Amino acid sequence: MKLLVFAEQREGQLKSYALEAISEGRRLADATGGTLLVALIGSGISDLADQVSAYGADEVVVADDAGLKSYAPGAYARILKEVLAESGASIAILTSSAMGRELSALLAAKADASLLSDVVETQWDGDHLVVKRPVYAGKAFLKVAVKRTPTVVTLRPNVFAAAEKAGSGVVQSVTPSDIGSKVQVIDTAMKDSDRPELTEAGVIVSGGRGMGGPEHYTVIEELADTLGAAVGASRAAVDAGWRPHADQVGQTGKTVSPNLYIACGISGAIQHLAGMSSSKCIVAVNTDPEAPIFKVADYGIVGDLFEVVPALNNAAKDLLG
Amino acid sequence: MKIVVCVKQVPDTEAKIVIGNDGKSIDPADVKYVMNPYDEFAVEEALKIKEANGEGEVIVLTVGGEDAQPAMRTAMAMGADSGVLLKAEQAELADGLSVAKALANEVKDMGADLILAGKMAIDGYGHQVAVMLGELLDLPVLPTAKSLEIADGKATVVRDIEGGKETVTAATPCIVTAEKGLNEPRYPALKGIMQAKRKPLEIKDVSLAEEGIEILEMSYPPKKPEGRIIGEGPEVAAELIKLLRDEAQVL
Ligand SMILES: Cc1cc2nc3c(=O)[nH]c(=O)nc-3n(C[C@H](O)[C@H](O)[C@H](O)COP(=O)(O)OP(=O)(O)OC[C@H]3O[C@@H](n4cnc5c(N)ncnc54)[C@H](O)[C@@H]3O)c2cc1C
Ligand SMILES: Nc1ncnc2c1ncn2[C@@H]1O[C@H](COP(=O)(O)O)[C@@H](O)[C@H]1O
Repeated sequence: MKLLVFAEQREGQLKSYALEAISEGRRLADATGGTLLVALIGSGISDLADQVSAYGADEVVVADDAGLKSYAPGAYARILKEVLAESGASIAILTSSAMGRELSALLAAKADASLLSDVVETQWDGDHLVVKRPVYAGKAFLKVAVKRTPTVVTLRPNVFAAAEKAGSGVVQSVTPSDIGSKVQVIDTAMKDSDRPELTEAGVIVSGGRGMGGPEHYTVIEELADTLGAAVGASRAAVDAGWRPHADQVGQTGKTVSPNLYIACGISGAIQHLAGMSSSKCIVAVNTDPEAPIFKVADYGIVGDLFEVVPALNNAAKDLLG
Repeated sequence: MKIVVCVKQVPDTEAKIVIGNDGKSIDPADVKYVMNPYDEFAVEEALKIKEANGEGEVIVLTVGGEDAQPAMRTAMAMGADSGVLLKAEQAELADGLSVAKALANEVKDMGADLILAGKMAIDGYGHQVAVMLGELLDLPVLPTAKSLEIADGKATVVRDIEGGKETVTAATPCIVTAEKGLNEPRYPALKGIMQAKRKPLEIKDVSLAEEGIEILEMSYPPKKPEGRIIGEGPEVAAELIKLLRDEAQVL
């Protein structure tokens, strides 16, 4: 049994969820005495192979080419398809990140494989993989068995633990035969922010309509910076134009599952919960003790966020140094 | 310009989900079904393009049961010209690849200049059917568009990527999937609703390709222990931070 993990990187940096995927792949491989292959695609990325084997890769397949520097969906998918076919791996594991979502679907269609996205749990039933994934905005979960291989799965970021485990990491280079693409990237604009990405962040501080206006987000940002957190928002705040849509958490925004989610001035509408209810620990700050967010929160403070959030920030600075 | 829009009918986001007797799917009783919200953006975009061009045709395409027609009629009430229902049983949580194959089989001979879809269906959360459709038809795919411009035989899309945004372009025909923010879908006017009833809706029987996966069980999310309100106002801030550090161990 062989498993193939695609280790996502941008700008030569492995994504935290790439390490999670490798670790989960390792765990699945160990459970069946199987082999773990990890694919790296990009330019100038050969040195990432060591990092990848430190998380348990038996073999690392590297496609390193100047033409692959920025993500090119067609070329990346073709390379993965070739690696999948040649290795005979039965399961390909990616992440449900922006890149992984597209790439997994392209790969699956090329390989005539089914795709199970947003997986939050995996296990073997004999030699069938069985996965658990949310449906209906997290109001139910499906247990799904893989009947035919190869099959592609994407793992939800921040759900699986990354753990170092020495692997042999035999490196093999592949030369992509065709890096042409039907889709051209004509411009990329990165935000410069020191804050982590929402989908990768371990801690998120989110503000909703209770923020009252865009200028008040500084209180959220200050707490976020103390905690090394990302900043999120509800749709009400995004629709009001206070925050960019990229910050929106929920059904029509991002799905996040940080260790800690602090919801400030957010009522807890079902569509918001859809995006964050799988967070490991939820804190709510709200003036209304009846707000539905308190039903899902592990800890709540009833009060004015403009008093409570700065106090949290001071306490965090004091206690966490 | 001939634009095909892939539309799925899904339970309304507010719907209470009750697991049916088979333990593998939901009980549809009392569930209000609506057009997938992302597909509404796709329909709106198609109509805007048609209006800007002054001519064209917008066709909605659904894989679903007999009862999936209301969402198609809604699209027609918004302004779509016609619809094709590829009638299949148990399409709601079907294997995305099988659905994409059924769509591809229909779209390949339609001569579409542009295919629009949603970025995902909010029931199955698949994020895949539209991208697979593009790949099966060997057409370029531009996913999660927050803006779309069609000019000189090219589609140009701006989309969010992790840490920023990018502008991508491809020749038409191609597939574009809609992200929230692409537009504000219109509400059907009464006149549109009346007209929609008379617009052509063709129903074709299809059988979905054999699935590579099997649903074993549907379950409710694990019940979280009741949370607790630790107090009121800024006085309890320090206590909360301590709890987060020592009890929850998340800091
Ligand atoms: C199809 C669809 C998709 C949707 N997708 C999303 C989505 O992705 N994400 C999302 O968030 N929503 C989404 N929504 C919207 C959702 O239904 C709610 O309208 C929205 O989440 C409300 O945002 P809010 O909690 O910030 O605002 P409100 O519901 O207005 O809540 C504001 C809260 O702030 C509290 N408050 C006010 N002042 C203070 C203060 N000074 N201190 C502390 N608390 C204060 C209030 O008590 C209240 O509880 C969607 C809706 C639909 C129909
Ligand atoms: N049964 C279906 N009929 C028509 N279009 C569909 C169907 N399922 C998915 N789609 C389209 O594909 C998009 C992505 O769906 P999914 O991959 O299921 O998340 C949706 O927004 C629709 O535009």
